[in-house]
Amino acid sequence: MTERVQKLREQSCATQPYLSAERALLVTDAYRTMGFHSAPVMRALVFKHVLDHKAICINDGELIVGERGPAPRATPTYPEICCHSLEDLTILHTRPKIPYLVCDEVRRHYAETIIPFWQGRTIREKLFAEMTPAWRDAYAAGIFTEFMEQRAPGHTVLDDKIYHRGMLDFIREIDQHLSHLDYHADPGAYAKQEELRGMRIAAEAMIRFAERHAEVLEEQAGACTDPVRRGELSHLAAICRRVPAHAPRTFHEALQAYWFVHLGVVTELNPWDSFNPGRLDQHMLPFYQAEKAQGTLTSEKARELLECLWIKFNNQPAPPKVGVTAAESATYTDFANINSGGMTIDGSDGVNEVTYLVLDVIDEMRLVQPSSNIQLSRKNPDEFLKRALRIVRKGWGQPSIFNADVVVEELLRQGKSIEDARCGGTSGCVETGAFGKESYILTGYLNFPKILEIALHNGRDPRTGSMIGVRTGDPRAFQSMDDVLQAYRTQLRHFVDIKMRGNNVIERLYAQYVPTPFLSILIDDCVRSGKDYADGGARYNTSYIQGVGIGTLADCFSALKTHVFEMRTLSMDELLQALEKNFEGNERLRQMLNNRTPRYGNDDDRADAFMREGFEMFYDAVNGRPNTKGGVYRIQMLPTTCHVYFGSVTGATPEGRKAGLPVSEGISPVQGADRSGPTAVLRSAAKMDHVRTGGTLLNQKFTPGLVEGEQGLEKLAHLVRSYFAMGGHHIQFNVVDADTLRDAQEHPGQHRDLIVRVAGYSDYFCDLGKALQDEIIERTEHHGW
Amino acid sequence: MRGTIFNIMRFAVNDGPGIRTTVFLKGCPLSCWWCHNPEGLNPDIQVTYRAERCILCGSCIDRCPQHALQLDGTMIKRDDLRCLICGSCADECYLDARQVVGREIDAEELLAEVLKDRKFYDESGGGVTFSGGEPLLQHEFLVEVLEACKAHGLHTAIETSGLATREQLDDVRRWTDLFLFDVKLIDEERHKTFTGWSNVRILENLNHLVSCGASVVARVPLIPGVNDDDASVNDVGRTLAGLGGIRDVHLLPFHAGAAAKYQGLGMSFRMADARALPQQRIAEIEHTLRSHGLTVHRGG
Repeated sequence: MTERVQKLREQSCATQPYLSAERALLVTDAYRTMGFHSAPVMRALVFKHVLDHKAICINDGELIVGERGPAPRATPTYPEICCHSLEDLTILHTRPKIPYLVCDEVRRHYAETIIPFWQGRTIREKLFAEMTPAWRDAYAAGIFTEFMEQRAPGHTVLDDKIYHRGMLDFIREIDQHLSHLDYHADPGAYAKQEELRGMRIAAEAMIRFAERHAEVLEEQAGACTDPVRRGELSHLAAICRRVPAHAPRTFHEALQAYWFVHLGVVTELNPWDSFNPGRLDQHMLPFYQAEKAQGTLTSEKARELLECLWIKFNNQPAPPKVGVTAAESATYTDFANINSGGMTIDGSDGVNEVTYLVLDVIDEMRLVQPSSNIQLSRKNPDEFLKRALRIVRKGWGQPSIFNADVVVEELLRQGKSIEDARCGGTSGCVETGAFGKESYILTGYLNFPKILEIALHNGRDPRTGSMIGVRTGDPRAFQSMDDVLQAYRTQLRHFVDIKMRGNNVIERLYAQYVPTPFLSILIDDCVRSGKDYADGGARYNTSYIQGVGIGTLADCFSALKTHVFEMRTLSMDELLQALEKNFEGNERLRQMLNNRTPRYGNDDDRADAFMREGFEMFYDAVNGRPNTKGGVYRIQMLPTTCHVYFGSVTGATPEGRKAGLPVSEGISPVQGADRSGPTAVLRSAAKMDHVRTGGTLLNQKFTPGLVEGEQGLEKLAHLVRSYFAMGGHHIQFNVVDADTLRDAQEHPGQHRDLIVRVAGYSDYFCDLGKALQDEIIERTEHHGW
Repeated sequence: MRGTIFNIMRFAVNDGPGIRTTVFLKGCPLSCWWCHNPEGLNPDIQVTYRAERCILCGSCIDRCPQHALQLDGTMIKRDDLRCLICGSCADECYLDARQVVGREIDAEELLAEVLKDRKFYDESGGGVTFSGGEPLLQHEFLVEVLEACKAHGLHTAIETSGLATREQLDDVRRWTDLFLFDVKLIDEERHKTFTGWSNVRILENLNHLVSCGASVVARVPLIPGVNDDDASVNDVGRTLAGLGGIRDVHLLPFHAGAAAKYQGLGMSFRMADARALPQQRIAEIEHTLRSHGLTVHRGG
């Protein structure tokens, strides 16, 4: 790491994130002063207003410029989506974990200007007002969550287009489409015109934004007494004059072009998973090779530039939520997840020189942002996997590992072209998408164990006593396991119906009130169709529901079958009573359920069959149903940190879990239930048909001793390759021992640097809530190897 | 045919090449002081008791048809004369304080278990290892299982003390790709003292295997006060080098991790007070063995 990068990294990590009112004030100002416009034009004008007036920040020594806020770690807010209350600001400022400092001036702006204008007008408030009582009941009960209640649909990744075309090229293309609109034959021509006009305004605003940087850089260069830095500043100014108006010509220009585009997307709105460059190694390769050949770039310089980009990501903490509580688990990471490796558009090995450079950067930078993953194809060399595993082994959770061949298969199954599939990958945590061509929206987590709880109470939520499900019969009268499964299936379908009905409204809210003309320039085929990203303009439009707790569900089914229907060691009534009392006074029964039930994760078909059953029921309830954007629903199996929340609203469960404890995460077995080693876990997990999902998440934890030496590394590599040969989608490793974690829990001061893999991302262990910390400690350690 | 095993360990990474499944066969003629699998000594099924896991709920006492159990202070004691090892108490114990050690399994069922991780063996160049106890003690069963494994193309390894008849050894040799052969001491008297048996036949068997061209890795447990002195180490080095057909030596330094197992079985552990060898001493021993032209790995 160069001295420059070291300094920038230190600054980035040492600066406490804080809230900035800049964007909120500019947006408020825009909405207050602008007259009537169509939604896309209005949003484009708001975008332009922000980019034209926000402060330009150039940090000392940096080689990639531009911040989302007025300074590094200054975090903007999005009051048009959701508006923080003064109480929110107090909690954010004072909470011990993941605080965002809020100065008095920001509070004053909120009290005097922002809150008075936005209260009652935000998308969040509209959204909740539009939901049915059934939706609100299920939401309050913790049956499902809603992604878009405070962040905009995003979940998307860029392809290679900005490296071939500049904003001026996009404008020419937009103009062409505008001039070809057929107002006689096409009744939608006017709507397309407005969308295209919005895109045009947004593209121009982006060019101007870069020019403003150039102006400040030129000014600073003029005043700079250090000749070296003066040269850099002039060079940077020239780059900002060039990109993103025009296509980049050099490695440096390409990275800067991406970063401006990134800032555009995350300034326009607060899309989920921020945004990311996707296959950075493949996009950068042509620039790298050409410049290396010309002698204008060394690998050291390329690495430094990449590291400067990494710092940019780390400078942008996730926008904090509203309606927060101090105890809630939160994160500064914004889920930008850079892909390496995989395959090229023609299906050959995608690993190249820049791939290894990117892995070096990940290793050296050790930042939670950006997150990183490798796309591992059977065509990729083992050295690529081993290089990644050497980083994994250091124990801070990155990079995660994806099965590129299965990712392509998933995309093909969904009807994507082979080229679009190969250029796709994964983003956020584990979500599969066609980069630059798809709007793939996560809509909400679904709480499987809670739905079973409702089924075992004939439609009632035992926690509140309210009737939120359908009457599927008194379980005491169930004659067989089939009756249980039928009741669960009926409840599941009921809640999925409620969720989708809500989604249909929410999708329209975003399409109609807050379209995203800037993002729409970047995603095919929004320009061609004259439709917004949020309104079905993308080539592919997928809505996802995320299933949570499949391990817990499988074990619950297994326990019911084994003890109530097969061995008849207890009656349904006895079981329900024990659950109601949270096993109090009946620890023996709990131990029996826990230890005498075939459990998922041990390569035991008796339990794994129930995992498959739960999966199939979920798939049948969701897959292929239409959304409002011309696309369809699909399923994913990932929890982020939601398994902790879902557990907190779910009572004791038949496999011996006590009320309130986390449910299983991703497709991992219940914490501590896998007792047959990692090969058994992988075999169990591979019994799921991953290809029919849009991503699954599997966590494996290793104590450092297990993966020591070249041999340990090789065995880890074999595990990964074997799991992928069996069709697994993703695996990630936590290489830490439980004692270290316990010590970190007690003495956080000494372990601030400890990063662990949480779900689809890594975070600082000490920043996590106690429950999540406990859960991470609990995740099975594979002792003895 | 049925055999008695006490464990099947998947993802075994120290018992031969690649990712393996190790099957532990129950029963061993030797009685090495340092044995770290004491549950593998007795060929019969046993019931162990881990007092530290016991919550003294008394369910096992109520369940025992022989009334062989009773509460004694902070543990539940067993009257060994009454106990018929029926395992009822272990069935009843959900915390696994009482556990049955050992089960009978037929060759077909065992093969099915072993084949589960086939994909991992194929990927890593792994396979199956039979350990113990002394696997050759059940050599007929072992041959049947080995033959079945080879029929499926699995790589097979045997971890053995070498105490068996020549015929038994030849029977298994046909189906075995790799022998992990324990070499503890060369001095016969000391061998008798610390293992209960002379090593004459063992060393003959080792010689025989090597001269037949079998693939053999020598495994040397490094036991403080038993074979960690220069003379013993040099004896081992000279002997192994003298065989000509052995290159690889795995050093397995002693650790006292088995103490709890002895307690659970109601056995005394003669090495309970022994300390692990210092790293520096292990390095010296490695060096000595290398000086005999051997390739030395620590661990498996």
